This record gives sequence, structure tokens and C-alpha cells, in this order.
Amino acid sequence: MKSPATPSCSSVQRSVFPYLFTLFFLIALIDSWRRVGVDLLIFFEPQGREHLLKFLTGMFPPAYSHDFVSLMVRPALETIQISVMGTLIAVIIGFPIGILATRNFSVGGVLNEADTTGSPARLAARFSIYALARAILSLFRSIPEFVWAFMFVRAVGLGPFPGVLAIGVAYGGMLGKVYSEIFEAVNPRPLETLQSTGANKLQIFFYGWLPQVLPNFVSYTLYRWECAVRASAILGLVGAGGLGQQIEISMRMFNFNQVLTILIILFFMVAAVDYISAKVRAIL
Amino acid sequence: MNGGPPEKRIPSVPWPAHEVRGRGNLWNYLVAAILILLFVWSYRGSEIQLTQLLSREGGGQILAYIKRLFPPDLSPFTLHEALKGAIETFAISFLGTLMAAAIAFSAVFFASRNLMYSGLLYELEPKEWRKKTLRLLPYVGAKSLLNILRTVPEMVWALIFVFLVGLGPFPGVLALGAHTGGVLGKLFGEVLEDVDPQPVESLQSTGASRLQILFYGILPQVLPQFISYTLYRWEVNIRVAAVLGFVGAGGLGQRIHIAISLFLENQLLTLIITIYILVTVVDHLSAYLRRRVT
Repeated sequence: MKSPATPSCSSVQRSVFPYLFTLFFLIALIDSWRRVGVDLLIFFEPQGREHLLKFLTGMFPPAYSHDFVSLMVRPALETIQISVMGTLIAVIIGFPIGILATRNFSVGGVLNEADTTGSPARLAARFSIYALARAILSLFRSIPEFVWAFMFVRAVGLGPFPGVLAIGVAYGGMLGKVYSEIFEAVNPRPLETLQSTGANKLQIFFYGWLPQVLPNFVSYTLYRWECAVRASAILGLVGAGGLGQQIEISMRMFNFNQVLTILIILFFMVAAVDYISAKVRAIL
Repeated sequence: MNGGPPEKRIPSVPWPAHEVRGRGNLWNYLVAAILILLFVWSYRGSEIQLTQLLSREGGGQILAYIKRLFPPDLSPFTLHEALKGAIETFAISFLGTLMAAAIAFSAVFFASRNLMYSGLLYELEPKEWRKKTLRLLPYVGAKSLLNILRTVPEMVWALIFVFLVGLGPFPGVLALGAHTGGVLGKLFGEVLEDVDPQPVESLQSTGASRLQILFYGILPQVLPQFISYTLYRWEVNIRVAAVLGFVGAGGLGQRIHIAISLFLENQLLTLIITIYILVTVVDHLSAYLRRRVT
């Protein structure tokens, strides 16, 4: 009895792709395995077992002394503050650059066809601004926020400020890209209608554009804020304030029960932020 | 006239903000006030010194730093180190993502409600609390395992694994595998919970066992999405793998850490360019593979 609809049957394609893919996959797997030095048995060797045991027993019970917990309040709040300011700066960076990186706003589309038809020089100028904006955004978001933070610590000194700048720049790049995608998806008809009534560009922007993009815009920004809270919690590992710094200190002192406490604080903080952000997004 | 609004209604064409404002002025002012308070509070707490940043001295400091980055160090030694770091980073992200997919794939079926104890597959089963508890146990276990894995950030996992197995790229792989395993578990779970019930129902009506339903009704539906999510997390992980070295877990991050700490700015720029290239390549590769899958 041969069943006609075995799932794998339909996806068989007559091409070399599956073979090539498997080949590369296996090469990557073997090479990576050896390069990384995977050693799963390490946890069962006496030393590995001892470390694991030390870590697990060291974690419990979590540090709950009044002194320690009250010491953590300030870094926890600082983490939130860094994330809020970082996201604000990211919006300030991402919004204008995102607009410049939007094809139908800066190069073509209904808004510009009157300006650019019959003038290749003007079109080229606009296109180069557009390309430059995209390149800047891609640069900002391709360098991880950790590296940004480390560089800003060098440039402006220790403390939460470099953390804010790092999140601002890295997330500015991400927000800018997503904003430009949101902007590119606007419905051009209201814009056209507005233009035909003689509205200028600024008016078109405020009455035709903004109302269309605002809900997506706000909800994505909130989502990024959630990510920023997580990110700012660990940026402290390179000296940029917040809870991360405390985690590193406790880890280096082998105070695993303090690590557990901080992780619990982090868990509730992230959960609270997710909850608030989800509520606000539901209202929108 | 084709379709235009009647003349007399034009004056009331809403100013965009009006509609929102219609919900009540007070509420809006309240939200605005809370937002402003939040910003002011955060501004003071995060010790922002915009004046310092924009002043000649502060701005000059950053400019001087940027100037010191150029030109990138292209000596054979640095290039060799960068290449080695890039390959190592790639290896960490690759194995880490594979491990994460393995963790998520083996845990997610236990952690999804409609496969473990409720819904279509179980509606005909007589309600027996002992059996239900027996089914709930693995569900709760798998779910909380995934939650724990997900809650702890990669960097903290890396710190922990560096303590457990020593320095090098291997703890980096474990860190990525652990955190991403939790994340993928959640994403896979969401896919599983909204599978199309029709094939499942038809299979059930032919008398297929639950395992058969899983293999023929559910897996073919969810596998492409599983792969696509895994590839997406791979893109995220290549960025993380590039910085895991900051806490001693190998890859480019380790070399960046050294370069920054020793004030080797030119070398730093080379390494940053390497990250940029690596990330871009992986993004394109992943996008290509995702197109092939779906």
C-alpha cells in the first residue's frame, strides 16, 4: 500500500541544490565542531562535575538579605532609565534617517515626480542622499550594541551614559530600517489626493502620512523598547551601568546566590515591561 | 460627482488628531504627563551629559577617537587574526544555533498544550484526573525549562559556562544554545499551537494514532516554519557570537576586547569591518535559504 501523500515526495526537486547544501552543511558542521573543541563529556569529568555542583549548590538559596536587595534597587532602576533614554535617542536618530532612507519619500513616488522628471541631476542628488542614509543605518545596526558600548565607554567614560549612547546608535539603525519599511508601505492615494488640492509637502506629511504610519510606528518602537531593557541589563558587563555590572561582580566573586537574585529581579522587570508594552499596544 | 463627500460635510473632515482626542482630553494629557515624567526621570538617572557631549571638548573627544580608528590596520597578522576570529565566530553561531534547534525541537512537543493534554486529540478521552496529571507533568516541566533558558540572557549564560568549562569558544556555543533554545522553543510552540486542525481531524477520523498524526498531520505543516525561525535566530546569533568573546567565550569579541583594552584602535577598526562583512554575508545567506524553504 503506497500512500500518495508522503510529505517528502512532493518536495523532491531535480536540482543539485540539496546535495550542495548537504555538502556545505556537513563541512561547516565538522569544521566548526573541531574548531570550537566541543567536549560534551566535560560535565561528567571530575573537575567539570565539581564546578557544576559548586555552581548549582551555590545558587540556592538566592541572596535575600535586606542589604543586598536594597543595593540592587538602584541598578535595576538604572537599567530601565538607560533603556528609556536609549530608545528615545534611537527614535531621534532613526526617524529622520529612516525618512531619508525611504524610497518613495526621498527619491520617487507621488511626492517627488514633479521635481525630478526631466532633471537627472536632481534625481541623482536625491538618490545619493537615499543611498547614504541606508548605508548609515546599515552601519549603525551591524555593529553590535556591545561593541558600541565599549567604544563609548572609552570615549565618554564609565557609567550609564555610554550605555544610553550605545543603545541609541545600535537601535537607531534598526528602528530606521524598520521605519523606512513602514513608510514605504503607505497607501499613496491619500497623498495624491492631498497633493491635488495643493497641499505642500509638510502638510502632506502631517495629514496624509503620519496618520497612516503612526500605529505601526509606535508599536514597533515599543517592541524595541522591550528589547532595549534586556540589552541595557547586560551592557553593564563592559562598564555601562545597570544590572549587568552587578552580575559580573557577583559572578567574579563566585557569589552565585547573588547572581540568582539578580536574575530573578531581571525576570520580573522584563516581564513587567513586556506586560506594560503589550497593554499599550493593545490600546493602539 | 463621483463619490466625493457632500459639500456640507467638508468642514468637519477630521484633523487627524481629532479622532484620537475624541476619546477624552483628560486621558491624553495623563498619558503625555506620564511619558514626560518617565523621560525626565530617565534623563536624570542615566547621567546624560548632552552639554558635555555637544561642547567642543566632549565632541572633540569623540572625534579624536574616531580619527584614531583610521586607517584600518591591514597588516598580515591582523588580517589573519580577523579571519580566524570570523571563522570562529561563524562556527560558534552555527553550532550554537544547531544546538538551540535540537533543544527546542526535543522540548517543544511536550510544551505545547494541544499535543499534550487538551484540544482535538484528547476530546474523546474520558476525563480522568490521574491521567491528566500524568500528561500535565511533562508539559509543565518542558515549559518551565524553556522559560528558564530564555530568561537568562546569552551573555550571562556565557559567564556561567565560562566558569563551568573554562575559556574558549565552547562555552560560547553552550551559551547561544541555551538561550536561543529557549527562544526557539517559544517560537516553535506558537507555530504548533496554531496548526491547521483540518488535516489533524481527517487523520484522526481515519483512525491514525497520535504519533502518526504528529508525523503526517502536524510535522509537515510546521517544519518549514521551524526552519525559517531557526535561520532567523541564526542571523541574531551571528551578532551575539561576535561579542560573546567579551566575557571570554572566543570569536571576534575576544580580539575586539583585546584591541580596545590595549588601545589598538586601527586593529579595532579592522575587526569591526570584519564583523560588518560577516553579519552581512550571514544575513544574505539566511535570507536565501529561507526563500528556498518557504
